[in-house]
Amino acid sequence: MSVPYAPFKLGKYELRSRLFLGTGKYPTLEIMRQALEASGCHVVTVAVRRIEMGQQHAEALLEHIDLKKYILLPNTAGCFSAADAVRSARLAREALGVEWVKLEVLADKKTLLPEPLGTLEACQTLVKDGFQVLCYTSDDPIMARRIEEAGATSVMPAGSPIGSGQGVLNPNNLRIILETIKVPVIVDAGVGTASDVAIGMELGAEGVLLNTGVALAKDPVAMARAMGLACEAGYLAARSGRIPKKLYATASSPWEGLIEPAKRPAHDGIPGE
Amino acid sequence: MTLTINGKEKTLHEALSVRALVDSLGLGEKRVAVEVNKELVVKQEWASRILREGDHVEVVTFVGGG
Repeated sequence: MSVPYAPFKLGKYELRSRLFLGTGKYPTLEIMRQALEASGCHVVTVAVRRIEMGQQHAEALLEHIDLKKYILLPNTAGCFSAADAVRSARLAREALGVEWVKLEVLADKKTLLPEPLGTLEACQTLVKDGFQVLCYTSDDPIMARRIEEAGATSVMPAGSPIGSGQGVLNPNNLRIILETIKVPVIVDAGVGTASDVAIGMELGAEGVLLNTGVALAKDPVAMARAMGLACEAGYLAARSGRIPKKLYATASSPWEGLIEPAKRPAHDGIPGE
Repeated sequence: MTLTINGKEKTLHEALSVRALVDSLGLGEKRVAVEVNKELVVKQEWASRILREGDHVEVVTFVGGG
């Protein structure tokens, strides 16, 4: 292979995969474990939540994630203010000993769109506090720039709303972000199927993060494998110099050396000639 | 002494440290983190941080998420 699938340096990690997989909403933890395996991912996201008092299954999730194989990336999902997101990030760092966080500050439960002012505020606070911030945002190129200026380790624009399965809705915005932003850009959210991952990677993203598209597929394990392959396919395609799009065809086989053609009526020219 | 742990009121008969509370919940060796009144209490301070009347305690771990 002339274009190697190079390891991806992000923060202080060197990652063997550019696919980031979430751990929410799988039918069972065993299916989740198999899906993580099938996807080939290296980083998995987890959410910070209260211990359920009086129940013995604290850590049930973490018991199904082999920490020799995967790096945990805690998120601040469910936070609607900068203050809550910062608290969640600090709790996660304390419990896991990791210094990175996927920052989400959401505007409301219906759209789950990022709240830009709170996102920026929390990003600034966490960067000052020593975090490597992987910052979830909309696909607004200017917001992406602000987040980079705030010192984020990665800008993570949504392809479309979280869990919507609509794929990359505005490739032009993503292209502008990818042209502008120097830190790694990871497409986060909205992935419905493998081609959505490939499109994000072909546009030039350094990685793709997804969860629902795998977890709620009829066969999460097979879909996880598909997503992993698409990520690799898109990465390689992006670096292989695709041909320009043209309106008309170009033959792949030579015109020279064709066998004697059948006689055709004089008026019946070969179209396109 | 009444305090709130993960949103639920709880009555304690004696003063407890954060460490003793975490141990009493069977979480001593687990990957958990604790906040008291919205301030993180790092593990090194669990033993010395004594819970007081009216404290709001959060004990968190990790669940599946994207």
